[in-house]
Amino acid sequence: MRFRAVFIVASLTMIGVACGGDDAERRQLDVMAASSLATAFEILESEFEAANPDIDVRVTTGSSSNLALQIENGAPSDVFASADESTMTKVADFLVPDYRVFATNQLQIMVAPDNPKNIRSLTDLERDDLIVITAQEGVPVRSYTDEMLARAGVIANFRSFEANVGGIVTKITNGAADAGIVYRTDVIAAGSRASGVDIPGDQNVIARYPIAVLANSTRRDEANAFIAFLDGPGRETLRDFGFGSP
Amino acid sequence: MKTPPSARRIHDRAPWPVVVVATLAIAFFALPFIGLLGRTPWSDLFDVLGESRVRTALWLSIRTSVASAIASLAFGVPLAWVLARGRFPGRSAVRALCTMSMVLPPVVGGVALFFSFGRQGVFGRFLDDWFSFQFTFSVWGVILAQTFVAMPYLVLTVEAAIRQADARFEDAARSLGGSRWYVFRRITVPAIRPALIAGAVLAWARALGEFGATITFAGNFPGTTQTMSIATYLALDTDAREALVLSVVMIATSFAVLFGLRDRWMGAATGMSR
Repeated sequence: MRFRAVFIVASLTMIGVACGGDDAERRQLDVMAASSLATAFEILESEFEAANPDIDVRVTTGSSSNLALQIENGAPSDVFASADESTMTKVADFLVPDYRVFATNQLQIMVAPDNPKNIRSLTDLERDDLIVITAQEGVPVRSYTDEMLARAGVIANFRSFEANVGGIVTKITNGAADAGIVYRTDVIAAGSRASGVDIPGDQNVIARYPIAVLANSTRRDEANAFIAFLDGPGRETLRDFGFGSP
Repeated sequence: MKTPPSARRIHDRAPWPVVVVATLAIAFFALPFIGLLGRTPWSDLFDVLGESRVRTALWLSIRTSVASAIASLAFGVPLAWVLARGRFPGRSAVRALCTMSMVLPPVVGGVALFFSFGRQGVFGRFLDDWFSFQFTFSVWGVILAQTFVAMPYLVLTVEAAIRQADARFEDAARSLGGSRWYVFRRITVPAIRPALIAGAVLAWARALGEFGATITFAGNFPGTTQTMSIATYLALDTDAREALVLSVVMIATSFAVLFGLRDRWMGAATGMSR
């Protein structure tokens, strides 16, 4: 008898966990966003929810390449915002055509506050007294970094390939590494914990952020509303975080 | 291991609900591996294993996991002895502290190590100031992170063995004039040799599989800090074939270790046999 009671309680618990206890009125919208969008999307999420009280947005962030992998494996999500167009193209089969670019970003060299190691240019990344890090292959910031270094003819002495741009930021803001190329928005978000070194326009690349609705989304209207929001009222917020307009 | 005759009893079949649920449990463990093996590109197995990236990660993992096992032995055996034989207040708390990394999410261990022994960590800053040395991004960081999560397996195994070893031999040796160090070396350690081997192998296997603490604390660079587990995780994003092959290698290793140890570990950990 007791065993049966335990069994029933356990089953009910599992059903409860599976249902997640969400309130019925609010429709849920799942958004997958590149790591570099994390802080901006946190604010955009609450702004969008304030404007659309019946929609509950859930943002998942990670490296664009990892999110793309999840999409290829059928992640039940509605919107995907990537940090580069090539990742978007890779998962084109899983998207409602066409994606559109909703924001741009520049790249900067992130260094310790007030730049104690006096890092001035991409060429300094060759110095062997510095610990320079980047992201692993496939992560957009790495592709942008490789492109810029190749253009500048610089061979950086990387000491670590982090899983995403967040890993680079953490290691630099906590003093484990001296420099790494990240987005300008990351430097702004780090505030007093890091400084940014500009990369001259002829060496810099513009990062373009595409966004699209997933083909297997069951919330296309809400997804389109979210994307429209980014192009409208959300534009201001994106600008505050340092993103440019396409 | 043979069952002693005294332990023989009527061999009844398990009730069918138990069998059904147990079968489900076995399937739960078996299916993921079957699925993985089904997707493994067997024809390119050796091609992928021959790729220099994979070989580098494999070789780094072998070196660092053996180093971690040795470090676990060197520090873990005295620790186990103190926990088993020492009499001091708060022993249970010390044991909990020293084995906590077993149950902690490894990433938490990595974060703790990062903020303690990182270049600007509470203690790590002195290493940097005095010796210009930092664990992060170095092979030493990998070994430190792996030892942090692996040593408890050795400590618990060895502690159990010391507890059940017959202390009268030690007493006899002491009464015949052996020094404490001599008795530890010549009586205690030989008596627990099977547990030492089992504990070291378990610690080694855990170190080999370490991922969370390592990438958080030590970073990721081929040949220095990119171990097999990290390479597997990261390869999933770029080259799933590589991730699958690396997984097969790790599964084969882990299975061989546990299968080879089956009785020894159970015996030492539960204190039942031997």
